Amino acid sequence: MSPATVSDGARRFAPGAAALREQQAYVAGQAADARVNVELDTGDMTLNIGPQHPATHGTLRIACRLDGEQVIAAEPLMGYMHRGYEKLCEVRTYPQCTTLINRIDWLGSFANEVPFILAAEQLMGVEAPPRAQWIRTILFELSRIANVSLFLGDMGVQIGALTPVFFAFRDRERVLNQIEEVTGGRFHPNFDRIGGLKDDLPRGWIAETHAVMAKMRGFCDEMEDLLMGNEIFQTRCRGVGVIPKDVALSHGLSGANLRASGVDWDLRRDANPGLAWDQIDWRVWTHPDGDSFARYWVRMQETREATKIVDQLLDSIPSGPIMTKVPLIIKVPAGEAYVSTENPLGEMGYYVVSKGGLGPFRVKIRTPSFSNISIVPWVMRGTYVPDIITILGSLYFILGDIDR
Amino acid sequence: MSELTLTGALGLAYWAETSIKLGVALVVIPTAALMLGYLFLLKMMAFMQSRLGPQDVGPSGSLQLIADAIKFLQKEDIHPAAADRRVFRAAPVVVLASSFLLFVVLPTGPDAVVENLDTGVFYALAVSSLSVLGVLMAGWASASKYALLGGLRAAGQLIAYELPLILAVMGVVIQANSLNLQEIVRAQATGEIFGFGFVGNPFILTQFIGFLIFMISAQAELTQTPFDMPVAETELVGGFHVEYTGFRFLLFFMAEVATTFAFSALATVLFLGGWWIPGFDFDAPILNVLGPMVMLAKILLVAFVIFWIRFTYPRLREDQLQKFAWKVLIPLSLANIVVTGIFKVVL
Repeated sequence: MSPATVSDGARRFAPGAAALREQQAYVAGQAADARVNVELDTGDMTLNIGPQHPATHGTLRIACRLDGEQVIAAEPLMGYMHRGYEKLCEVRTYPQCTTLINRIDWLGSFANEVPFILAAEQLMGVEAPPRAQWIRTILFELSRIANVSLFLGDMGVQIGALTPVFFAFRDRERVLNQIEEVTGGRFHPNFDRIGGLKDDLPRGWIAETHAVMAKMRGFCDEMEDLLMGNEIFQTRCRGVGVIPKDVALSHGLSGANLRASGVDWDLRRDANPGLAWDQIDWRVWTHPDGDSFARYWVRMQETREATKIVDQLLDSIPSGPIMTKVPLIIKVPAGEAYVSTENPLGEMGYYVVSKGGLGPFRVKIRTPSFSNISIVPWVMRGTYVPDIITILGSLYFILGDIDR
Repeated sequence: MSELTLTGALGLAYWAETSIKLGVALVVIPTAALMLGYLFLLKMMAFMQSRLGPQDVGPSGSLQLIADAIKFLQKEDIHPAAADRRVFRAAPVVVLASSFLLFVVLPTGPDAVVENLDTGVFYALAVSSLSVLGVLMAGWASASKYALLGGLRAAGQLIAYELPLILAVMGVVIQANSLNLQEIVRAQATGEIFGFGFVGNPFILTQFIGFLIFMISAQAELTQTPFDMPVAETELVGGFHVEYTGFRFLLFFMAEVATTFAFSALATVLFLGGWWIPGFDFDAPILNVLGPMVMLAKILLVAFVIFWIRFTYPRLREDQLQKFAWKVLIPLSLANIVVTGIFKVVL
């Protein structure tokens, strides 16, 4: 099967020179003092957005100082959902840890397991057989599609269009069905093992997944027609929440948020930890604008690209075992390892310290949303209350990924 | 204007006529709210979003809203501690009263009208903007920042869309030579376009730009989606009615849907030819029965468009609405008036 055709949205939505100038002026305005009412000294108002607010999809709290509807300062406050996974990992064995790790980014669970397992494998010096690597990559990309497709609809809800998110839920379910068929779990597969995978693919799964990928490309086209091409959507997102390249880099942004600021950086291509991404033909999408629209656009293109990756991997999947030889009781030799992968939300890394026991001595989890949300005080200065929601939506965080 | 009144036709006393009209009005508003709410807010929205919608209460969930209303009536009536209790309680009543008052002047037949005012258009537009007062009261009295922002947004929006709304109707008034809604229907029924007068002259044909402006402004007046900033679930979590529970929330909900119904009726009367059926004599008594049915069909058509837009589009930002209203809608509606005036004088 030939690689899936990816429709080129780049031409259709390329910004004009005037739009770019407007955005630069907007950035300059943001950097200046946000207050407009200099003649009439009106009082500020503190508005707590969250911890219980629909736009924070979870329990993020954003304390805003407002002048009228304009934001003077915004500060994200987190920790309302801290579950202490790093500490809990220390009192569990390696196979038990994946159960917790699944619940960090709960929309793309399988992708969470992979870097942790890879770090443990690195410490043990084992490597999963090629077929397991292939299936890992496929499931990784499927969880990316499941995660990001929900964003594509949810962004509509954030700015007032109710319908797209239902389409997203409908079509995400197809992907979740495929994940469930392999792993047995819709949200929390707990499928990755040190040295390979728990099980092989079920019969007929490859053909089904091809069909689902075609459906997901249709979903992307639908979202492009319904939402991304919409005049009001573009008015609301273009030039809102502009993050220039250097600011994005200095705040440690990663994933689509970084690529939407024009930084061509993708761990799948640049630091592939041994999965099958280097075996196939795909590309990294970037956008020069750095605004909310660019972030939406990049994620849309990445979802399409992911379906293309899955299609190619399904066609080239090697035969062989899915588990290498590992001892029944896993003991990881002493040492340290850091492995990070390009997760749906950005760079997710696990720093695992082992002292040779049954479980890790210390685990530090570098989650993408935690770093991505750190840009909020910078980017929200001078915007309006509705823009807070647009920016939060386009930064796309998962609360479990911030607080873990 | 028809001299035939309901009193004359049926030989009813004034008090009997008045109580019939009052009873009809009291029945019509909840029925209208239920009908639109069920048909569009529940079923059509579900259909458009590939869901099933309510299924369990009554045949295909048709009694869902009644069940909801009973649920709302059972809820505790909560006042925020810092709320201005009197204003807080009055606000939903003011909003509902505004939509009640709208129904007074809407003609549904040659005699089937509660009060045939000579300044019907003026009256309808005046009472419809009363609801903003209630919204502002609710936002202020709730002692909540979200509600206050919602209320202030509604007030800020008022001028931006109320002006184009009035100016759009001006074109119709110029063409019909009257502020009386019944006379406007008559002008559409007896008018003709290029000598072809069988369907009369529904003003949507000659006032198409006015119709568009009216619909856009009505969307804002009703706080439906492209302009629903005062409510804005994802920003202000419901805006002005965020603190309301139980039957007070029910009043807001009923007022919202009933006002949508009333505005659809207003659009029908002003632009779609009202209750008149082509081929009938304008004063034929049978139209008192057929007229309301025709009206209902047209109202549902207009309401469908309103809700269709609501379910499809994202929400604009407040400043973008102001820009749109002042830079596009108002100049356009002024131009529309000028062109209408020129045609009126020339033809």
